[in-house]
Amino acid sequence: MASSSTPKYNSNSLENSSSKRTLKDGTNWEQNEEIPRLPGETRVTDKDVIYMCPFNGPVKGRVYITNYRLYLRSVENDPAVVLNVPLGVISRIEKMGGASSRGENSYGLDITCKDMRNLRFALKQEGHSRRDIFEVLTKYAFPQSHNLLFFAFLNEEKFSENGWTVYNPMSEYRRQGLPNEQWRVTFLNEHYGLCDTYPSLLVVPYNATDDDLKKVAAFRSRNRIPVLSWIHPETQAVIMRCSQPLVGMSGKRNKDDERYLDIIREANGQISKLTIYDARPNVNAVANKATGGGYEGEDAYPNAELFFLDIHNIHVMRESLKKLKDIVYPNVEESHWLSSLESTHWLEHIKLVLTGAIQVADKVSSGRSSVLVHCSDGWDRTAQLTSLAMLMLDSYYRTIEGFEVLVQKEWISFGHKFASRIGHGDKNHADADRSPIFLQFIDCVWQMSKQFPTAFEFNEQFLITILDHLYSCRFGTFLYNSESLREKEKVSEKTLSLWSLINSEKSKYTNPFYSKELNRALYPVASMRHLELWVNYYIRWNPRIRQQQPNPVEQRYMELLALRDDYIRRLEELQITNNSKIPNSSASSTSPSQMMSQLQTHF
Amino acid sequence: QTPKLLKRLFLFSYASAAPNNTDGRNQTVMFDTLEDWRDELERTKGNVKYRTVTTNEGYRVSEKLPLYFVVPICISEESILKYEGRGIPIWCWSCHNGAALLKMSAFPKEQDDSTSQMQKAFLDGIYKTICKPPYELLKMDDLSSSLPSLQDIQTAYTRFKQLFFIDNSTDFWATDVKWFSLLESTNWLEIIRRVLKKAIEVAECLERQHTNVLLIEESATDLCCVISSLVQVMMDSYSRTKSGFQSLIQKEWVVGGHGFLERCNHLRKSEKEEAPIFLLLLNCVWQLVQQYPPAFEFTETYLTVLSDSLYVPVFSTFFFNSQHQRDTSASGESLKTQSGPFRFLTVWDWSVQFDPKAQAFLNNPFYAEKPKPDKSQRKTARFKHQRQLSLPLTQPKPSTKRGFFREETDHLIKNILGKRIGKFINSSDEPPNSFREFYESWHSKPVDYHGLLLPRIDGPEIKVWAQRYLRWIPEAQLHGGGTIAITAKILDLMEEVQSLQVKMDEEHSQAVSGDVHSISTPRNSARLSSLFPFALLQRQSVKPALPTSTWKDLEDEDDLVKRDDEFVDLSGDM
Repeated sequence: MASSSTPKYNSNSLENSSSKRTLKDGTNWEQNEEIPRLPGETRVTDKDVIYMCPFNGPVKGRVYITNYRLYLRSVENDPAVVLNVPLGVISRIEKMGGASSRGENSYGLDITCKDMRNLRFALKQEGHSRRDIFEVLTKYAFPQSHNLLFFAFLNEEKFSENGWTVYNPMSEYRRQGLPNEQWRVTFLNEHYGLCDTYPSLLVVPYNATDDDLKKVAAFRSRNRIPVLSWIHPETQAVIMRCSQPLVGMSGKRNKDDERYLDIIREANGQISKLTIYDARPNVNAVANKATGGGYEGEDAYPNAELFFLDIHNIHVMRESLKKLKDIVYPNVEESHWLSSLESTHWLEHIKLVLTGAIQVADKVSSGRSSVLVHCSDGWDRTAQLTSLAMLMLDSYYRTIEGFEVLVQKEWISFGHKFASRIGHGDKNHADADRSPIFLQFIDCVWQMSKQFPTAFEFNEQFLITILDHLYSCRFGTFLYNSESLREKEKVSEKTLSLWSLINSEKSKYTNPFYSKELNRALYPVASMRHLELWVNYYIRWNPRIRQQQPNPVEQRYMELLALRDDYIRRLEELQITNNSKIPNSSASSTSPSQMMSQLQTHF
Repeated sequence: QTPKLLKRLFLFSYASAAPNNTDGRNQTVMFDTLEDWRDELERTKGNVKYRTVTTNEGYRVSEKLPLYFVVPICISEESILKYEGRGIPIWCWSCHNGAALLKMSAFPKEQDDSTSQMQKAFLDGIYKTICKPPYELLKMDDLSSSLPSLQDIQTAYTRFKQLFFIDNSTDFWATDVKWFSLLESTNWLEIIRRVLKKAIEVAECLERQHTNVLLIEESATDLCCVISSLVQVMMDSYSRTKSGFQSLIQKEWVVGGHGFLERCNHLRKSEKEEAPIFLLLLNCVWQLVQQYPPAFEFTETYLTVLSDSLYVPVFSTFFFNSQHQRDTSASGESLKTQSGPFRFLTVWDWSVQFDPKAQAFLNNPFYAEKPKPDKSQRKTARFKHQRQLSLPLTQPKPSTKRGFFREETDHLIKNILGKRIGKFINSSDEPPNSFREFYESWHSKPVDYHGLLLPRIDGPEIKVWAQRYLRWIPEAQLHGGGTIAITAKILDLMEEVQSLQVKMDEEHSQAVSGDVHSISTPRNSARLSSLFPFALLQRQSVKPALPTSTWKDLEDEDDLVKRDDEFVDLSGDM
């Protein structure tokens, strides 16, 4: 059972989960039999170690290293303690203790993970026993630093669904009703000549020529010109995204850029000003002038109104998460939990990101005004804001497939630098480019789903699975920094998509309470009174704080659903028998299937 | 204007005007008769070692004690009378293994040496009696030293309450950034945590060590009530049904002699705020309700309306200091009106406050009910059934785990007996390991919603009772969200299942008669606010609530804050 082709890798209980088989002693232990292995996964080495479990104390076990994962099974515990860690989550491997260090279990390896935990293994001191395991781990955990391929390129799994077909930019824009008289699709960036971090297909104002776009590109950081992300079906107001203008210390102006923004403003026939949301704090935007950046000044853009959203940079977010880890792992801060949580500022950042997104969404929806969103480069905070605002405004993105499209579009295709932010396969754990921006976005989504438990088709497991594979390198989905690089590496041909895994087993990721609603704007309350720490993600390794799985309320609901379906089925049978008995009496009775569709249109 | 005299409270006028209705109690046991106490003893199988006494008839012993109560069999009437019931262990509840939860009113600090000597001798006698078989082990817990004082609780709650008096939107958002530290500074959640922890400690003694626990407090009517009620809610699934919980409140609080009138400060006698002891219990129970939704027959809404009822002067339930006060007030009134016995209204008749539709919100649709016993054997089955509910861990064949615990307990018993520790083992003196181990071993197993229930007490698990405290704040409203969204969905589904059931019955009869019925249209729930059913704030627009003040300085991270995401000199690109 345990060695099925799709191992239960995503479960909340990666740690300490009991094996299906009881191993009373080590004698019936067959070495490879019970280690889950993916097609394409090969074993590299194994070794006897002591796993220094922070919750249960030292655990004797055997660790197996493959080119994809680190797998540990205890030899004495019953039920067995199991660790199943994709090497991709490893951020740092350190040796602890030396050959001469004294004290029990002081010699071994200390592994820092990207998913809010650390692993510590003690080894025998004799004969440099850790040297080979350290080398093997380092090599396979950081393939990029060793000229090796990501496991995603070796993965030979098969899925019934092909996740690479989920997002097709053309059909997504068509779904939004584009192109139309005001907006056109341009292939100007087909070979990434205009902007190498943008997708090849862009939607721009009909009244701007490709030549105009090229001129505007010269005035925007990294050529990331304002392009359309989303259009409101009724107000025709749009959400545009871009990078900062290259204003610099001297306050440079660019007529083309100014005219371009005016064309955007006029596209939905609005008379009021174009709203620009600069995600940064005011001071940072000003400071950026020193390095050639800046923001849209009043003089140059009289028809625009600029607001700063005060969201901090990637370094602040990274430090904040580090502090959060400090108070939840391995032990949850005992006393002064609330003030400790507050001092990490993590939820405060979440609050600011959500607040910004609400403002964007509200402006487009009830303010009927087009908005332009940018930060410095327009691939971190900007992606957070546009995608969250779209999630609030467009119920399609709240479905499983819609959310996949949203991530694929606003994050992956528009060049959120996943490789740099996550550091896939890269040994430089202290790289200043790393930052949990995408995690923060998923946290915001979780907060929304927590506040509106019936509004999302996907469940918590869906979000956790996305985060797990953000690091795992089992799929090509989050690899590399931009579409152009992904194309160069032939990612969609040579790797599998995470959405293949998810869409092949949709029921596992479906929220049973989901009520489909069309065109309803969903505004979370960005107040600390409602924001919560996502315990099931950040503290999931702690067996003391584990939530009940499966969720009992969900279970009860499923039982009722089953009961209803059973009744409907039996009713149908009854009606058939009755109708055959009394042939002419059933003209007015509704068939159960009709009734069902009627019943499902609640809310 | 609050009346200063008890008699002026509306409940006196209301009770004489309202029709007599005694069947609305929802099977709540009132504990005002000898029978009720005997039944409770029988239900918990406590009748082997404990008995009901009538010593207090006519309030001969004390006006603070109920007319009837339960004591260890070996306690003589004489001793009960000696110090007005002080120093007497009074039974609260018996665990399935026979270990009992007791409470005792302590002696006040006595200046006079000889008196205190006599009291000490008296107590020694009592301890000797109840430490003998069949009672064996007794662990005492002086709650006035192991829990926060009433004063602390009052202060914390006053501060806590203040956080929810919000004048306007600006106020709301201004306090939002510092919300967590403001919350922490009230200390209210920490008090809830400590109380829950104490209840787990007591449960551990009863459940695992098979040790009787004696709670001691000056009057035995404040923290004793909180702890004993909580322990019963955690250990006796009957207390997690609506009628069981109501009976529990009758037993421990109303008849048990909690001074509601004084503690709630209904008559504004003192300048002080109320001492929210009963609210403390409800806050603790709420934590359990939200941690284990299927374990309770009632909802958080039930707890909220119950907490509101504390201040509704229509019902007598929460307006007297003792059974004695209630009785004398009632007999005074009947003398005056001379129209038969005067009857106060009880809060447990929910139909007085809510129509059936509203009452539906008090019942938990997620409650994992146990199959009901056969109705024909109702009288006898009642106890059996409830007995079963409280016996989740007792199985005919003890598992290895239980064997292990038993051994360990035996060992413990020997140890303790060897040292002859009967008195004042303060839980804090004890190694905390047994508590931790008990807590963790319970949490490592799947939850049995009809068995022992231990609250999770780690920091992130203790939450603010949002429904009660945020319900009048429009800024905190989630339009179409909150847990009510799920509840409404499940209620819809239940209704649908019910209508299908009806339809099936009709189809069955149609097979005979040939009638065709129209199907009932399913109800179409409106989108509810998270504040439902309390505030129906219809916001005209769907404008989102936007924070007006957001950021405070990140003093300690200044260097980071000022940095750019990635340092690239863009001016060179030009």
